[in-house]
Amino acid sequence: MTGQQDTADLLRDLAPRALGAVVRRYGHFADAEDAVQEALLAAATTWPADGMPGNPLAWLIRVASRKMADQYRSDEARRRREELAASWSLVPAEPVPAHDDTLTLMLMCCHPALSPGAAIPLTLRAVGGLTTREIAAAFLVPEATMAQRISRAKAKVRGFDEPFTLPPPGGGGERLRSVLHVLYLIFNEGYAASDGPDLTRTDLSGEAVRLARGVHAALPQDAEVTGLLALMLLTDARRPARTGPGGELVPLEAQDRARWDRQLITEGLTLLTGALRQGEPGEYQLLAAIAALHDQAASHANTDWPRILALYNRLEAMTGNPMVALNRAVAMAMAQGPDAGLALLDGLAGQLGDHHRLHSVRAHLLEQAGDTGGAIAEFEAAAARTTNLRERDYLVTKAARLAAGPRASQLEPFDRPRCQAE
Amino acid sequence: MRYMILQNYGATGSDCPPMSQWSPADIKAHIEFQQALNAELLDRGELVDAQGLAGPEQAKFVISDGSSAPVITDGPFPESKELLAGYRIVDVESDERAVEIAARISAAPGLDGRPIRQPTEVRAVMSAPDPEV
Repeated sequence: MTGQQDTADLLRDLAPRALGAVVRRYGHFADAEDAVQEALLAAATTWPADGMPGNPLAWLIRVASRKMADQYRSDEARRRREELAASWSLVPAEPVPAHDDTLTLMLMCCHPALSPGAAIPLTLRAVGGLTTREIAAAFLVPEATMAQRISRAKAKVRGFDEPFTLPPPGGGGERLRSVLHVLYLIFNEGYAASDGPDLTRTDLSGEAVRLARGVHAALPQDAEVTGLLALMLLTDARRPARTGPGGELVPLEAQDRARWDRQLITEGLTLLTGALRQGEPGEYQLLAAIAALHDQAASHANTDWPRILALYNRLEAMTGNPMVALNRAVAMAMAQGPDAGLALLDGLAGQLGDHHRLHSVRAHLLEQAGDTGGAIAEFEAAAARTTNLRERDYLVTKAARLAAGPRASQLEPFDRPRCQAE
Repeated sequence: MRYMILQNYGATGSDCPPMSQWSPADIKAHIEFQQALNAELLDRGELVDAQGLAGPEQAKFVISDGSSAPVITDGPFPESKELLAGYRIVDVESDERAVEIAARISAAPGLDGRPIRQPTEVRAVMSAPDPEV
């Protein structure tokens, strides 16, 4: 059993390196990706039984190359077979990959022309080494559907027709941003879905962290990459405390801070400190700085709200994102009282319209301000609009407790709006 | 984002008569339309599930207070128009795409190949994570 797990972990580390080597040699990213996936499956079944080959990476590259050649033996692929045969003259006898192509692969899989819905599964498979079945299970869709999604994404990549190399220095800014965005989405997907230990579902947050570590290893000097990794670690550190025994949401203010993962917090803080030293912080560093202030606070009340507010001010000026503005209103309420927060919310209705989060934040602030009737109505409005089941459970419970009167709401002494993606 | 797209036996916008009055060719065209749509949704990586439900004649209503024997009512039901005929669950990139699929379903071919214009319900499935914050 341990042997299988070791093999699986090793294979997922080797996957992008094998793929990079095969693409470098033969081109044809989409076909190479299929071939490497087949080689990974072959390894997963034969290695635990027959023992690990002496050079596992070379084994994968060799098997994938053979699979690729097999693919091209079909008649309809004659043209590509000829291209491949031509390129074979360049192949060294024994593959010795000199490059770690993880970043190049990621730039390709997260190409800005791909929608996140296409880029996410492609990245998880090509770079993360997950199988289609595992990705399908993580997103709760049938395997055939996920297979189609990946194959359509690859068909698009095929059309890019660009060299398999890193963009020139300074020319990859937008491409890198899109990689970070995709990783952040994968992390959030896992974070929103995780409801306790579920061994049958791939841990997407953990996978996003692993991939972000890979990008950080390739670009240790990029402060935003470091910032994103720090943000993930500082957020993930709270995971053990953010769900109750029944899988219910535990908002930040009610979490048992003793259950936060100190090791992750320490690592995140170290990374963040290094990144912030490099100058003007970007979006992910600012978000990480906010997460860090929460993680370092002894209690919710003792959180450094004025500094969090200042960070949200900068973040909002930088992004113009109305969700950031919403969090800023929460910080404002904590720093200067609920009325100040409510005043900020009034200006957001134009942008956020009827979004459930606007109702939810207003509900919490009205409750803080002592307007129980208004808070109940807003909690109910938010509950009717959310598409997250656990969030709805939380919101209807809040409304019911307030409606039941002061004695019932004392059962939960930590009432406060949720900040961030808690 | 995940949506359930539901069709019931309710009145259609085209006063389409029930399927029992269609020609075999009309029925064949209707079934082929549904199959082709499912194949297309699968091909696009959007299909999660698609099921037709057995007719209202086989439906049962069950009411229970949790302690005494449940009350079970068998069909046929005079108000069978309220009943669900079938559903699809799709995982799509936008609300607009779900509506687009529902519009296709609503325009399925009926008598003489005319669109039946069936009212089709689009519901977001809970537990989708929030759009990015």
